[in-house]
Amino acid sequence: MVAKKRFATPFIIWIIAGTVIPLASIAYYGFTSREGGFTFANILAMFQHDHMQALGLSLLLAVISTVICLVMAFPMAMILRESKWGKQGFLIFVIILPMWMNFLLRTMAWQVLLERQGVINALITAVGLPRQELMNTPGAIVLGMVYDFLPFMILPIYNTVSKIDNHLIEAAYDLGASKTMTYARVIIPLTVPGIVSGVTMVFIPALTTFVISNMLGGGKINLIGNIIEQEFTVNSNWYLGSGLSLVMMVFIIASMLLLQKFDKTGGQNLI
Amino acid sequence: MKKTLGRIYVLLIMLFLYLPILTLIVLSFNDAKSMSVWTGFSLHWYAELFQSRLMMGAIVNTFSIAILAAIIATVVGTMAVIGMSAMKPRQENTLMAFNNIPMLNADIVTGIALMLFFLMVSWPRGYMSILFSHTTFCIPYVILSVRPRLNKNTDRLFEAALDLGASEKYAFRKIVIPELKPGIMTGFLLSFTMSVDDFIITYFTRGAGINTISTLIYSEVKIGIRPSLFALSTIIFVVALVVLITVNVHQSRADKALSAA
Repeated sequence: MVAKKRFATPFIIWIIAGTVIPLASIAYYGFTSREGGFTFANILAMFQHDHMQALGLSLLLAVISTVICLVMAFPMAMILRESKWGKQGFLIFVIILPMWMNFLLRTMAWQVLLERQGVINALITAVGLPRQELMNTPGAIVLGMVYDFLPFMILPIYNTVSKIDNHLIEAAYDLGASKTMTYARVIIPLTVPGIVSGVTMVFIPALTTFVISNMLGGGKINLIGNIIEQEFTVNSNWYLGSGLSLVMMVFIIASMLLLQKFDKTGGQNLI
Repeated sequence: MKKTLGRIYVLLIMLFLYLPILTLIVLSFNDAKSMSVWTGFSLHWYAELFQSRLMMGAIVNTFSIAILAAIIATVVGTMAVIGMSAMKPRQENTLMAFNNIPMLNADIVTGIALMLFFLMVSWPRGYMSILFSHTTFCIPYVILSVRPRLNKNTDRLFEAALDLGASEKYAFRKIVIPELKPGIMTGFLLSFTMSVDDFIITYFTRGAGINTISTLIYSEVKIGIRPSLFALSTIIFVVALVVLITVNVHQSRADKALSAA
């Protein structure tokens, strides 16, 4: 045998120190009060008005961004699939390139475009229209999320779409299926694993972000990520922060289980 | 008709992806600090960028951490793949489940969890804590890239080498490592990219006084956007462009050589 079990020892140690103990400590702090006793208060704090509002808004904006990404990405993936070989390579290159730029700089770009003294307002006033308040709105945050995460939706969908056997589509047409029918019964069902990966890769970062909302929401719009971040960095209340993180993790796990139900391949396409 | 529609769609997506970046590039050469008025060509934002000690320190930190984290993750991950192949399927599956956690979990949770860990064991937060954290989230990518390369065939080749009189070490070096090499390379590059790109986990696991490019950008943007950040964007964009083109050209040449052979 090539293998010796003990080769995995450093990895096991790393899992324990880097994953198991840290996650356990979130659970520990989440169920501990500031005075040191056991409590559910940090978990139940999610029901406070501010926190519920932030969680609701996070879910709403994450769903909207994910749907927009999906609607934008699917046609792109289909076009990519049908384009010629050399052109295909070029188009994928074009989609991957922005991913290599730091996402803070990409988000900053939208700040520059949307600000009161920014580029878009300069164009608007040049045409003679009044200045618009584009920044610090939920719309700006959605725009930033779509911009940052769109490639993560296009690539997995393209990966599955490009593997669909053309004969299947031709067979559908030969057997008299209409275009809509072919999409609904052949193409989209075969694309589900890609859609599931794409949705996971957009929805979870969108749900948990605090950076995009901070930069494009001007600190006025709080998502659940912002609330948790502030508990750790501003208020130094790790107990509350951990408790809220635990609740957020429940939402992450629930959304993953829900998505896995659609995907019979069991997440093989995740990366 | 359909073709034209498709082209228009691709064009719109490309405009959406690239207009913001192009805006930054144009503004980085603007003489004034204004974000909307062009007052003339100038390179002084680039000068400001290169004179900033903070920025130079952050660049050094970012790349040294990325290289070290990628090397450690590659070694630990590759060894783990070899070790796991000797385990019973149940043991292996348990380990793989743990392996997937940092990949599937939200970055903010991973970051907070690691931060609490460092506080609990009173590990001072700084360069080493960032390096440890980055290695933690890089290992899963290495394992997922290397594992598919290790299969029955590798085992057979290894045994054949032993039968033909190779020592275990020699057979390992000459058979197993070359078989795994493409996966190891992918894992290393993925790790490097993930590390350079990371902000959220670094944000929670760094101490005061140490910055990577990402955390420095974040703290500067909070104070107020300066055009030197546009200059930084331009440089990063050009570097990414050059690297990706080089890789693509290299690859298509390799493909051609392969199909010619």
